[in-house]
Amino acid sequence: MKFQKRLLRAEPNFQILTKLWQVNWLYVLLICALAVIGYGALYSAGGGTSRPFAGPQSIRFCFGLVMMLGIALMSPAILVRMAWPLYIFSLFLLVAVLRMGHVGKGAERWLMLGGMQVQPSELAKIALVLMLASWFHKISYRSMGNPLMLVPPALMVLLPVALVLKEPNLGTAVIIGTVGASMFFGAGMRLWQIALLVLPMPFLAKIAYGHLHDYQKARVTTFLHPESDPLGAGYNIIQSKIALGSGGMWGQGYLRGTQGQLNFLPEKQTDFIFTMIAEEWGYVGGITVIGMLLLLVFGGMLIAIRSRNQFGRLLGLGISMNFFLYCAVNLSMVMGAIPVGGVPLPLISYGGSAMLMVMFGFGLLMSAWVHRNSTFGETTPGEKD
Amino acid sequence: MKLRKKKSGNRLMSRPEEGKNPSRGVFTRRALLLMAAQGAVLGALGERLYGLQVLNGSHYAKLAENNRLSKRFFAPPRGRITDRFGISVAANRINWRALLLAEETSDINGTLERFAQLVPLEPRDSVRIEHELRHKRRFIPIMLRDFLSWDDMARLELNMPSLPGVLIDVGTTRVYPFGPLMAHVVGYVAPPAEKDVVHNAELALPGMRVGRSGIEQTQDLNLRGQVGSVEMEVNAVGRVMAELDRDSGLAGDEIALTIDSGLQQQVLGRIGDQSASAVVMDCRNGEVLAMVSNPSFDPSLFDSGVSQAQWIEWTNNSQTPLINKAVSGLYPPGSTFKPAVAMAALRAGTLSPSDRITCPGYIDVGGTRFHCWSRYGHGTINLRQGLKYSCDVFFYEVARRTGMDPIAATSELFGLGAKLPEIELPHVRQGLIPTPTWRRAHGHHWNGGDTIVSGIGQGFVQVTPLQLATYASRIATGRNVQPHLIRSVAGRMADLTDLGRAPGMDMPEHFFEDIRAGMYAVVNEEGGTAPKARLDIPGVQMAGKTGSAQVRRVSRAMRESGHFNSANLPWEYRPHALFICFAPYDAPRYATAVVIEHGNAGADVAAPLARDIMTDTLRRDPVNHREPPGQEVAQAEVD
Repeated sequence: MKFQKRLLRAEPNFQILTKLWQVNWLYVLLICALAVIGYGALYSAGGGTSRPFAGPQSIRFCFGLVMMLGIALMSPAILVRMAWPLYIFSLFLLVAVLRMGHVGKGAERWLMLGGMQVQPSELAKIALVLMLASWFHKISYRSMGNPLMLVPPALMVLLPVALVLKEPNLGTAVIIGTVGASMFFGAGMRLWQIALLVLPMPFLAKIAYGHLHDYQKARVTTFLHPESDPLGAGYNIIQSKIALGSGGMWGQGYLRGTQGQLNFLPEKQTDFIFTMIAEEWGYVGGITVIGMLLLLVFGGMLIAIRSRNQFGRLLGLGISMNFFLYCAVNLSMVMGAIPVGGVPLPLISYGGSAMLMVMFGFGLLMSAWVHRNSTFGETTPGEKD
Repeated sequence: MKLRKKKSGNRLMSRPEEGKNPSRGVFTRRALLLMAAQGAVLGALGERLYGLQVLNGSHYAKLAENNRLSKRFFAPPRGRITDRFGISVAANRINWRALLLAEETSDINGTLERFAQLVPLEPRDSVRIEHELRHKRRFIPIMLRDFLSWDDMARLELNMPSLPGVLIDVGTTRVYPFGPLMAHVVGYVAPPAEKDVVHNAELALPGMRVGRSGIEQTQDLNLRGQVGSVEMEVNAVGRVMAELDRDSGLAGDEIALTIDSGLQQQVLGRIGDQSASAVVMDCRNGEVLAMVSNPSFDPSLFDSGVSQAQWIEWTNNSQTPLINKAVSGLYPPGSTFKPAVAMAALRAGTLSPSDRITCPGYIDVGGTRFHCWSRYGHGTINLRQGLKYSCDVFFYEVARRTGMDPIAATSELFGLGAKLPEIELPHVRQGLIPTPTWRRAHGHHWNGGDTIVSGIGQGFVQVTPLQLATYASRIATGRNVQPHLIRSVAGRMADLTDLGRAPGMDMPEHFFEDIRAGMYAVVNEEGGTAPKARLDIPGVQMAGKTGSAQVRRVSRAMRESGHFNSANLPWEYRPHALFICFAPYDAPRYATAVVIEHGNAGADVAAPLARDIMTDTLRRDPVNHREPPGQEVAQAEVD
């Protein structure tokens, strides 16, 4: 009751319909278009049936779409208030997954919650974006000059990164860290601070490599020489490149990609779904998908730029960056440009929690768009400091 | 309308002062920088995709093709071997078997365990499978069990899902419908040895067999055929999705022998259980119509492996069942050598048909007395009589006059102690016609006595029954007939099937006539040594020559005791009984050589046998028959 009253008080003039009209429907249309492509790809990955993958995934998408629109209507003030509890909850889940996680493919990534598999690291990414956006929203741009003001958000980033690394899930840890760093960058971190952090990176990377698991090291070495172990760790990369390459300019035709249909592609419905698309639709199809993904990323960034409050800006940047990194890591992975690391292609890959979290993120982005002109609780220059 | 008003009102209400917030300018600049980076990364990925799909597309397309194709090889059916009328003497029987394709299962031991519960494996199988698993390449199937019964197959089919990597496959196995009858000629097959596989990887395929003896061995490459293959579309775990292409390979060539299996059977029937060998040749073209070596063995036993006990029994048997006596048995020709000695003398001019030599029952040469088989001598006789009575003294004297080198040269022209290059059998022995040069090469001195005993086919002289048959053919025709066993390969008639291809012997025809006349007298004239060889066919005469070859020197004491009778000797000391012949005398078509090991006198044992064989041959006339006379041998069941 109290909550509802606050909501009404915060935005007394906003009606739900008005807000819905404010939603960037062009952007939603783009999301839906990619989801349809994803449905088609999963239909093919299922061997020409909607049963194992495409059907459930489309139901999840519809559910995610409704959730997205719901979140889009939430005012930034409420979202800021949600940040802390959500962030703490995601950390709790990350600890839980380490305690009693379901071991899948040598890494503890899954948690069984009420018969549903959830991947807490997906939630952690979104929660971190929300958390950092609200943190940087609250402190003034000028206070960013004080390095001490960067310590709490740095800890906010490092905590989930450390927990995800422990799973171990190197790919997701890198994505979380990069999303965090990009938000620091967007929030106005001083250039000398950035330089101070970036310069010792190679040294840290070397230490980090020493702490990698053997299977991760193997991924790095087979990434460099995939042919050295064609039936082992290099198998995925080689098969993926073969499938991609055999697509040619125009593709082998829908449902006719031999590598995907004959199961040479491992995890074709999840991490390697793009390979499936590019094999069957060729370069034309592949570049179309990449173009659409790029439009979504740029659209998100433009939404962020258009926002008049720091919260919306950073939310937009964080969500776009997260989405972009997903796409870039997944695409680089299937093209053999970086080691394989369990990162799905958003909106297209089969998977429940990833889909829901992507839609959750788009919901936040939409909220930032809908409320782009609100200037709630932002410190004005000179007010603090 | 209302909505738009609201929107604009909202904007007015909440618009902040531009330029007052420095964070916005910084953010926009930095966001644009990030967008540039994002665009660059995705652009680079698009570029990479272009490289993979468009620039190198054909390269990967080829790899993709190879990826989904699995080629599986299978052994072609081995060529059939038939007799001259097309009756199978070596055929293939359907053999259902279970194979294991190691590359299709991740748990070989588990699969094997479950398999053994369904179809028991003998310890011998297990050892072999383990060995093959270690040594064969993973894509070559390994035979688990063959000769599966319908029950076994049903059990396996039912449990296929729990037996990854197990295939049920139909192969063939070699069967020899005639069993021991043709064993020496046809030979047998056995699984390839490891060293064979090293030289020819095809042999690693299950069901591949290598000819180990007889025609199976010498014609192995023709009979083996070309390996077939099935190209299948498989998925990543090797499950077959579709069969794309099938190369059924080439069945091995069918080989037709010159042998008449019916005649072969009759010859064996005549030989009975004697340790003996007989060769029947078409003396006009060298086709071997029958080649029997007794005792024999069952060649089908080798396909699955001969037991130790059986092997020991065969190898310890003094009658050597595993050896083809017709080409590998070496015997002193005894008196059957005499026509060759006569021809050598005629050619050398040391004897003319009218020359007469006196036989008092012995001859003294260089202080040694050589006896004639007749203690009382044959009196004064000519060549024709010398052959007719098989007078030893006559040929002692002829050999003494002629010398060993011309005798050796002429007998080799007849095929004796010579290579017979056309015969398609392994382990063919050459025999020996001794010469002073040969003797010296072995560190001994050749003395006159050696020539004397060689003159009657004793001493060091050793020939094979096939050589004797060839020798008889060449005497009969005056042509350089080459014995051969293959009539056609894959329907193509072998060369050398007609007489025209056999050149003349380069010896005057009248010499042949003199010798043939002597051999005619042996059989057909009163007092000849082989009256028992006379044919019982009106108007058809046979010419021949007896021989009794001593395997042990007969001592003077034994000879002078007057009670010498070789039939009283232990079996292995008795002389071999030999007979060579050809018929009809006036237009020779068939030549036969018979050697009965330790059979005593050729005249008593070998001559009647040769007569019976020749009678059968003439009655069957296997050369002119076009239809298989032996239809009682069912063919359908073995093919």
